[in-house]
Amino acid sequence: MSAPPAHGSFAVDAVAFWSPTLPGWSHARAAFRDEEAPLATPVKRPAPDLLAAAERRRAPDTVALALEVAAAAVRASGRDAQSLPSVFASTHGDLAVSDYMCATLASSPTLISPTKFHNSVHNAAAGYWTIATGCREASSALTAFDASFAAGLLEAASQCSADDRAVLLVAFDVEASGALASVAASVGLLACALVLAPSAGANSIVAIDWELARERVAAPAPRSAAARSLAGNAMSGALPLLEAIATADRGGAPLALPLAPSLALRLTAHALVATEARS
Amino acid sequence: MRGGTSALTPNDFGVEPLSTWIGRVVGVESAPLPNALAAWECRNDRLAWLGLNADSFIDAVHAARERHGAARIAVVVGTSTSSIGATEDAYRALDADGRFPADNRNPLVHTPHSLGMFVREALALEGPCVTIATACSSSAKVFAAAERMLRLGIVDAALVGGVDSLCGSVLFGFNALQLVSPEPCRPFDAERSGISIGEAAGFALLERDDCGDGSSPRLLGYGESSDAHHMSTPHPEGLGAERALDDALARAGIDAAAVDHINLHGTASAKNDEVEAKLIARRFPASAHASSTKGITGHTLGAAGVVEAVATMLAIEHGFRPGTVNTRVLDPVCGPQLRTAGTAGAVRVALSNSFGFGGNNCVLVFGDADATQRR
Repeated sequence: MSAPPAHGSFAVDAVAFWSPTLPGWSHARAAFRDEEAPLATPVKRPAPDLLAAAERRRAPDTVALALEVAAAAVRASGRDAQSLPSVFASTHGDLAVSDYMCATLASSPTLISPTKFHNSVHNAAAGYWTIATGCREASSALTAFDASFAAGLLEAASQCSADDRAVLLVAFDVEASGALASVAASVGLLACALVLAPSAGANSIVAIDWELARERVAAPAPRSAAARSLAGNAMSGALPLLEAIATADRGGAPLALPLAPSLALRLTAHALVATEARS
Repeated sequence: MRGGTSALTPNDFGVEPLSTWIGRVVGVESAPLPNALAAWECRNDRLAWLGLNADSFIDAVHAARERHGAARIAVVVGTSTSSIGATEDAYRALDADGRFPADNRNPLVHTPHSLGMFVREALALEGPCVTIATACSSSAKVFAAAERMLRLGIVDAALVGGVDSLCGSVLFGFNALQLVSPEPCRPFDAERSGISIGEAAGFALLERDDCGDGSSPRLLGYGESSDAHHMSTPHPEGLGAERALDDALARAGIDAAAVDHINLHGTASAKNDEVEAKLIARRFPASAHASSTKGITGHTLGAAGVVEAVATMLAIEHGFRPGTVNTRVLDPVCGPQLRTAGTAGAVRVALSNSFGFGGNNCVLVFGDADATQRR
């Protein structure tokens, strides 16, 4: 038996980021480079203009976050949202909606809100994104617990390679609320989005080589103080790669993200000429 | 399926059960997990364990592990609500501080990837492990994700599957959307009145075409799309579903005329069945036998994709196309493809449709063992 090699590559055409103290990639990038500090006063959750005014208020945090970063990444990539298949990764989904569902079921099950129920599906953000943009391409929603970012990246990278086309990856988690907070650990809001392309083009920021390695690794610790301040969020597994992208022009060591207990996703980011110009 | 009998029973699940019918797996309550897996105790993982132990599936996975190595086998499973039932139980038994009770506080059970982690641990697999959760298309999309991993050489085999179990969230949630039928569901019936919720576990082991003895059914293609229309109502003209169909036929390299059988999504909701019936009527020859097996099993939600993929492969293997059980008078929008009675006859190429909330669509194409040679 000859095992085919488990490796590949893709280019990152755009990055978007949102947290209450780093509400945008340009700020986050500078903070991950230790060039700027996060905001001292956190801002309120984003209000993506893709949603109608009423929906903007009612949307669960996961949906508001995901649409904000998805729209920003697609805009920065110069691509058409309708042309991009999408992968939405979240460790827990919308913990506030789950808390509402379980609390209501315990007290008055027949009063469940139909809107909250359809918002409780793990692919709610993917659904709202495709509806808001009119995108009829494939959309997926997945979780791999603490490996959710790595698993989402592998799924997006494999779609990108298998079909030789650009793919949108969105990753997010929100704060645990209610009784669920006694079992689900997640603090604050964190979301990022990447537009992956099969090969580097004029718009690409970095090129990334990946491979699977049979090794037991711990999640890499964020290097910057800014990223460390976000480590309590369940999607903090995205931070090491975002730091690597932010600092790709300085060269950097390869990353190894845990994908399973004895399997790592090794990533090496290479700066492209356009990196500085597009920062 | 051969007998055309329904396994639906009056709803007796949980406290103050709604007046509806359900597809309940008998014996889950008296089938605890083995001691080594006891940390995963919950209805959903019990159901997963029952599924893994059926039909010598575990033996097949063990053999694949010997062939390829544990790190070369992916776990790609789908679910809609995973083990949320255990979370619902905890909310009914919170301690004095409003926290989960001490005997139901394992964080790995109260999160949607519970299913993937449980299956990985139960079978000692070490490859990539992911839970896809796109509502009722979840465990159809696992075939697509696994096919890509196999095609790219990321793994040499993939355990795909799906599990969803009865819980308050789906019974009362679908009830809130007025989609739950007071009687056993009647897919495509002119007087259908909604869905019957079921539970199930289903699994399949996928390997590349050159593996095995050549007798296994083939995954010929898949199609994935989004409706871009509404969170819980299908596109009125079925544009998303048709796009998934076109993608699936294109990837399989076949024409709709080559399709012998279609296992429909066919939930018995007013809107899904109308849209899906029209799609079948306009795209397939009268010879294609289209039916829904949800009158037999109920709508098993995140498990429906793999349950119906298995039903589709059984149709190919046994040369029998099931009927649409419980249905008395077909809705006039149905074309000649829609069948209430099962029929014997060779099935070489068959489709399985799965459509979910968020407008998430997946169509799978399966073929008999010779299908790849014919293409």
